[in-house]
Formats: sequence, C-alpha cells, structure tokens
Amino acid sequence: MTVSSGELKKARIVGLTGDEAVAQAVKQCDVDVISAYPITPQTIIVERLSEFVANGELDAEFVPVESEHSALSVVTSSALTGARVFTATSSQGLALMYEILYITSALRTPVVMAIVNRALSAPINIHCDHSDTLGARDSGWIQLYGENVQEAYDLIFQAYKIAENRNVLLPVMVCLDGFTLSHTLERVELIDDQDALSYLPKKLCYPFPINPERPATYGPLALTDFYFEFKVQQAEAMRQALSVIPQAMREYEKISGRHYYFFDAYGLEDADVAVVCLGSASGTMRYIARELRKEGHKVALVKLTVYRPFPTEELVSALEDMKAIIAMDRSLSFGAVGGPLFEDLRSAFYDHEKRPLIGCIVYGLGGRDLTPSDARSIFKYGLEIAKTGMVPERVKFVGVRE
Amino acid sequence: MSIALKNLPREEPFAPGHSACQGCGSAIVLRMTFKALRPDETAVVAFATGCMEVVSTIYPFTAWRIPFVHLAFENVAAAASGIESALKALERKGLFKSKKKVHVIAFGGDGGTFDIGLQALSGALERGHKFLYICYDNEAYMNTGIQRSGATPFAAWTTTSPVGSKIPGKPQFKKNLVGIAAAHEIPYAATASPAFWADYIRKVRRALDADGPALIHVLCPCPLGWRFDPSMTIDVARLAVETRFFPLYEIENGRKYRITFKVPRPKPIMEYLKLQGRYRHLTRPEYSDLVKRLQEAVDSFYHWLEHMEKATSDL
Repeated sequence: MTVSSGELKKARIVGLTGDEAVAQAVKQCDVDVISAYPITPQTIIVERLSEFVANGELDAEFVPVESEHSALSVVTSSALTGARVFTATSSQGLALMYEILYITSALRTPVVMAIVNRALSAPINIHCDHSDTLGARDSGWIQLYGENVQEAYDLIFQAYKIAENRNVLLPVMVCLDGFTLSHTLERVELIDDQDALSYLPKKLCYPFPINPERPATYGPLALTDFYFEFKVQQAEAMRQALSVIPQAMREYEKISGRHYYFFDAYGLEDADVAVVCLGSASGTMRYIARELRKEGHKVALVKLTVYRPFPTEELVSALEDMKAIIAMDRSLSFGAVGGPLFEDLRSAFYDHEKRPLIGCIVYGLGGRDLTPSDARSIFKYGLEIAKTGMVPERVKFVGVRE
Repeated sequence: MSIALKNLPREEPFAPGHSACQGCGSAIVLRMTFKALRPDETAVVAFATGCMEVVSTIYPFTAWRIPFVHLAFENVAAAASGIESALKALERKGLFKSKKKVHVIAFGGDGGTFDIGLQALSGALERGHKFLYICYDNEAYMNTGIQRSGATPFAAWTTTSPVGSKIPGKPQFKKNLVGIAAAHEIPYAATASPAFWADYIRKVRRALDADGPALIHVLCPCPLGWRFDPSMTIDVARLAVETRFFPLYEIENGRKYRITFKVPRPKPIMEYLKLQGRYRHLTRPEYSDLVKRLQEAVDSFYHWLEHMEKATSDL
C-alpha cells in the first residue's frame, strides 16, 4: 500500500485493532449473513459484528454456529442463496473447515473470510505463524495478506470486489497476523460509507441464486465424465483473477487514495538482493532495508499481498535482475524442498532465462519474534549469497535455539 | 387434520428417472414429503451426502424440480440454516421475493444424522431456525455398502457388524434420535413410516406449520441392505410398526407425547425379523436369547411411550 495525494473526501481517522478494523469494513460492505465461531485471536471480529447486528447498525443475520465447520457451511449455502456473506477464523478453526474450503470454491461462491493467522497445534499455541493459511493454499481460495491494520481494513472491500466479479466467483481469504495485527491498535483511515457501497453495489451476489421460481441443483455428483471439466473451470477462474485483482485495486485507490498491487516493492530499482515476505514482518524488514541501504547495501523488500493466485509473471519480471532472493516462510512444509513461498518463487523462475539464486528462511513459528537483528541477519544472508554465488543451506531457520 | 388422497397435490418435485434401487423406502418417502405442501407453498431442499443425494443428482442430470443443495456429509443442518438465514435477510432487505411461501427442508440419512451430522443438527435445532429436518433412516451406511451406524438395531448384520462366532451382529442398541431432538425442546419431533402415508403427510404438515425447527425420523426399509424382496418394502415398514419395533409418535415442544398409531395387540417381533436376511441368524435356536433381549427392549420402550403419553396428556 502506498498513499497518493489525490482529490478525496476527508477521511475519518480512528484508532482500531486489526480485528476491529475487519469488523468495521465488513459492516460497511453491508453483508447479509455472518456466521462464525469464536477462536483466539479472531474472536473480537465476531464480537464486534454481533454487536453491530444487535445494535441495528448492520442489517444482517448473525448465525452463531457450534463449530467452524458449520460456520463455513452456513455462509456457503447463504452465498448460493445470493447473500453477501462473511466468516472469520484462525488456525484450528481453519483446519476444521478444511473439507468445506474446497466445496466453497468449487461451488464458486463469493465468500469472504478473514483469517487471523495463528500456529497449528500441537503443541497448542495461540500466536502467529502462517501454517494455517499456507496449508490451505491449494483449496481454490484467493489469498490476500495485510501488512498492517489499515491494509487488513482495505483488503476486505477489495476481497468482495474480486470475489463477486463474474469472471472470478471464487472465495477470498483476507489474512492478518494474529496479535501483531489483530490485537494492536493502529491509526486507520476509514472510507466513506457511500463510497464503499458505490464500490460494492448491493445486489444478489451469486449469478444463479437459489430461487424456487428458477429451480437448479447445486452441488451434484460428477464422476469421471464431468468432474475434470469443473476443476479446469476453477483453474481458469483463478487465472482470470490475475487480471481482475489489479483492476479491483485500482478502483479502490479511487475511493481511498491508497494504492495496492500484487506486491509492494521497496528499493527494487537498484537492488542486488531482495527479500520476499508475507504479512506484518514486512514492516520490520523494510525498516532494516532502509538502514542497510543507508549503509550502502543494495537491498530491497517485496511484500507479497496476493499469494493465491501467485503472480508469477509479475514477480519474475520484478525480481529477474536480482543476484539473490530470500523467501521468508512463516510455515513449514514438512519433508518438502523448502517452505511454500520459497517453492513457489523458485519454481516461478525455473523456465526463465535469468535465474537469481534463491534462499529460504523459515522464521517466526508459533509467534516467535522477528527482531531487528534477525531481520538484519536475513538481509546479510542474502548479500552473502549474492557475493559468493552459492546458497549454503536450502532452508535456514532464523530465531530458533540451536 | 385429515389427509385425503384425492386432495393431495399432483406435482412431483422429486421427479421420476432417478437411479434409486427398486423398492427403495427412502425414495418413496421423498416423494410423499411434498404431498404435504399447500398450493401456495414450495420448498428448497438441502441434502447430506448419502443414497438419496447420489441417486438424484448425477451430473448432468437432476431429479429435482425445486432448488436442491448438497454441500457435504455432516453439515446438512448447517447448510439448511444458511439458506433459511439468507432468505430471511434478503427478503427483509428487498432482494428476494417469492409468490409462494418457501420452506427449507433438510434430508439426511441415518449416518448423516445419528452419527456424523449430529453436531450440526444439534446446533441448528438449538439456534431455532425455521426448517424441517427429515432423517430417512435405512439403519446403516447403505451408500457405502451396508456398514453399521448408530441407527443400526441390536443384533442386526451389517458388513461391519458381521455375524461371527464370537459377536453375532451389532452388540449395541439404536440411538433414540427423536428423544435427542425433543431434548432441544423444539416445537415438533415425530417418527413416521412410509406404510402409514397419511400419518406421515400429516406430520410433515404439522412440522411445516411449526414455529421453529422440526424433525421427523422416518424408518425407510432398504431391500438391498436389509436383505428382503423389493416388493416387500411397505409390508416390512408396516410390520416394524405393528410389532412395536418402530412406534409412531410425536412430541410437541419436547414435552407432550402422543402415540399416533396405537398398537394394542402387537405381533411378535419375529414376524418382522424373519422377513429380513440381516436377521437370518436370529431364527437359529442358539440366538433365541438375542431375540428375547430385543423383544424386551421393544416392549419396554413402547410401555415407556404409553406412560409418557398418559403423563403429558393434560399439557
């Protein structure tokens, strides 16, 4: 996100935590059905939304279900009925939804779900890492990651815009880091209610909503003769999203003055080494990048806002001149070549003529702090790779006891 | 309320051409369900994964002339909750209008209801959505090939409760689903049978008129899984009631019990058991003990029902 100085209505500025900001955005999107189950650190989102409904500030059905599995089932069938819907969860809750994630995307329902990223059990842990959403990367959902509370707020509106686009019709996860964002009070500029609704016109959000006057069968059995075609259509929708997402972001800039893209790059113009990461770590990494650049090191930071669909072409052309790239993974893919972000990035470059060296850093599992000195060591690691022309370890853990 | 054959609607929302087995009790029950709709009413149906979902919606075909929704196995009550909530919100906000009153009816088999779907069902009943849940109970996982469920009766053979030399069929008794539903103090819960069609249609009617969630548990004989001739479905269903094996009753508001078909002179349960291959071992003398235990359980439940009916008659 970068801020442009255009002709805009004077924004209302408030102090909100990440969870509150998400709830505020959902209210401004005039959703019809909300269904959720409490889980730390997501709980405040549904608490605020239930208050908005109870106070009459939001005209919606609030369905307080008995599990996350039912939460996603409720909003999926509500979305088939044409409602604009919302749910939110974290960690174990997302894991419990796993079965339905694939159904929500395959039925092409424009569900928006906030995920407050939290580590998966065991051991049970309530703090941030990205194991929950990265584990769901193949479920057919679009995934957006916010760096700060403002972005978490802004991405909710953009998520509906993308999800409801007729060429996409896929569910969207808006991911924000547990506690670091969810429970931290930050300055947030709100968009105007009218602007929100002109950006997201109120209508039936599913093209063929459930209606007894136009009966249809939703969720049939499709075997060897048709299943494959359904899946290819989903893949095509994901491909379409690559052109719809920047368009939705440009339109959002018109009402907010805030610029979004697949990723946000700092210092890329003259850099030799770029670090790529997701979520709130970007702030610390950018701060250190700035210091290192003052010291004469040509380093850059690329914060990835859109992880699915993976913006392969765009990232490759932005990063092709680097000598070294470091992918920062806040999750583990046990037994794999490396972390998920690393694998995506490295595979994106495989058939490109310029192939920078790519290293994988795994950091911050279970909420382990990423300190400025960790951040510095990560850039230094990248500079070392650029200098020596070799990656010493395929996966390097930062911030863990030896 | 009297149900006359000549007054029933001719419309068949569940159309012919589906691929259910010959003599399928569940398919009969589906068809009869919609005979309870008034001319100014229609329905959206939600299905749990199971026999009736599989046989009616093999893409690119569908047997449904009304909207049909299937998400997964264990969540049909949640899927129905979502449809009901969305229709309510959209109607209030002027985004949905219907000339007819729209009912939401969820269907689950015994696996999808007694076992894997019980949590979602309990949640939906507790939240009080205005919907009807119909459990078409064929007393085992028939869609996967006759495995035991929480609804399989005592001593019955299934492929996972085989009749072995040490364990002769299912060692446990069937869950009391209607009791579980009634414990949520919902407006209406009942059992029903395809052999008593007027009783079933009247119960669906009462359930649709209820101010809140309702549940009907229908015993649906399965020729394939119970091992009987497909021409005998209705006879088997009738004998289940006439032996008191499956009593027909209803519970209002979780309080008031009423037996809707009294069986003053029950036939011995062997009359019912002997028609079905899944109980074939029970005809052997060495298993007479099992039959005795089953008969005692059947008698004891019916007597308890009579007590409950009497005790709650003035409510």
